Amino acid sequence: MHLSDSDLQAIWLTIRLASIVTLILLLVGTPIAWWLARTKAWWKGPIGAVVALPLVLPPSVLGFYLLLGMGPNGPVGHLTEALGIGLLPFTFWGLVVASVFYSLPFMVQPLQSAFESIGERPLEVAATLRASPLDAFFTVVVPLAWPGFLSASILTFAHTVGEFGVVLMIGGNIPGETRVASVQIYDHVEALEYMQAHNLSAVMLVFSFVVLLTIYVWRPARRAA
Amino acid sequence: MNMVEIKAKFHVTWPGFSLDVDLALPGRGVTALFGHSGSGKTTLLRCIAGLERTPHGRMSINGDVWQREDFWLPTHKRPLAYVFQEASLFPHLSVMGNLRYGMRRIAGNHKFSLEQAIELLGIGHLLERKPDRLSGGERQRVAIARALAVNPRLLLMDEPLAALDLKRKQEILPYLERLHDELEIPVLYVSHSPDEVARLADYIVAMEDGRAVAQGPLLETLARLDLPFQLGEDAGVVLDAVVAERDSEWHLARVDFNGGSLWTRDQGLETGRRVRVRVLARDVSLSTQEQENTSIQNILPGRVDAIADDHHPGLALVRVYVGSSALVARMTQRAVAVLGVTPGQMVWLQVKSVALME
Repeated sequence: MHLSDSDLQAIWLTIRLASIVTLILLLVGTPIAWWLARTKAWWKGPIGAVVALPLVLPPSVLGFYLLLGMGPNGPVGHLTEALGIGLLPFTFWGLVVASVFYSLPFMVQPLQSAFESIGERPLEVAATLRASPLDAFFTVVVPLAWPGFLSASILTFAHTVGEFGVVLMIGGNIPGETRVASVQIYDHVEALEYMQAHNLSAVMLVFSFVVLLTIYVWRPARRAA
Repeated sequence: MNMVEIKAKFHVTWPGFSLDVDLALPGRGVTALFGHSGSGKTTLLRCIAGLERTPHGRMSINGDVWQREDFWLPTHKRPLAYVFQEASLFPHLSVMGNLRYGMRRIAGNHKFSLEQAIELLGIGHLLERKPDRLSGGERQRVAIARALAVNPRLLLMDEPLAALDLKRKQEILPYLERLHDELEIPVLYVSHSPDEVARLADYIVAMEDGRAVAQGPLLETLARLDLPFQLGEDAGVVLDAVVAERDSEWHLARVDFNGGSLWTRDQGLETGRRVRVRVLARDVSLSTQEQENTSIQNILPGRVDAIADDHHPGLALVRVYVGSSALVARMTQRAVAVLGVTPGQMVWLQVKSVALME
């Protein structure tokens, strides 16, 4: 199997994008999931629905709104220009922002259910043992929810790798900047380079299968523990 | 003696339930919060611990305020320890990790060391194990040791035996009795079991529908005939006694209480040992003449003090003083009438069985 330099570049870009998005979402998604798991506020429902929107929305719709928002006339565009960053669409970091929104439910939902299954009691026990809420979060919740963190991270990473519609809308097709593996395959097919498309597709197929296999094989073990 | 040192005043209403108490409790010994499930005793304990948000509550111990209208100390800043009904050990930590969790978060000198807690609860051989490798009784012992290791100024225990079967209960009770003897801090012990209360408590607060309906020192309170709550078949008194003599021929032990003595099965306790004796009202009968030729060995002379209706219209409870100790006998209303039992009368009590508690 032969992968061209541009294929390798696309794969590397994809891995970089997915890693950065997963890290950002660990930081952003954890508090959201924690809040959703514990709040009794009435707006838990609406917030939960907003977080889940990318699951059902066509990626092109999400990409379209993000393009408008981050564009020269959008509020985010105004902000980034005022900050001297310039405009985000058709840059790598624009792709990162879009992917964070797109993959948000894949981080938040597994974490939320992991937090919910822990329940109130361990936190109460920790409080009676002098642990502040933040202390209890890191010493009790994180160790108890680590399978949730792991599966949320894997899902987020994999889902970001599998992105296509949002990338086309926000990132376009700039080699080394926004041309990720899925777009590269599309380009190969457009150019009738079926052999290259085959190779890259095979890589993606194997990757996806291994990811899902990891999650499925490892899930029952987690229940037993 | 028992200074009033714990003050708790809560008035909280939840949908379908309200708690309304204003308590002053002794600052030493074991206080039992006793009542049926749903009477609010666990809720009261949670309020005291700060696990329930109670904006209008007041709680102080020894003059230190934990909360009042304009002040709230969060649970993790209250110098207490809490033993939950289920042991609730952290599953990701070993026994030792669990024991250290609270201990490493407290500052200052430790009156109660980790070693003492481990020794007192007999868990030295379990330290390396994970909680899922422990039996239910072992888990609860670890939970109690974990609570003691934070050197609390108040120990709260929420039915620590309720989730265990009889055998496990028998396994833990001796440890709790040791706690009762060796701890200097006050313990609030939630229970619905008259037996546990009789064994462990010095002071009792009876709860019903979110209110404290009766409270007082245990021995006095159990001898009351006008309790606003019914103990039913468990009505009876507890006497403080001392093992005075052991009869090796018949395997019996004599215990002396203030006013008389009772023979009971020898349970191997050495003479001079202080014990509690529980005498249930249903095991005590009364006669106006001293009986002879009876299988009942414990016959005590006494003076009738009061007669009251029992939980069934056909039954009566009669309180009789033997010396300065009160015993309660259950009999039918007809027996009271036929024998002509009246206050002040001299009678003989026949005690069929007594339960010795360390």
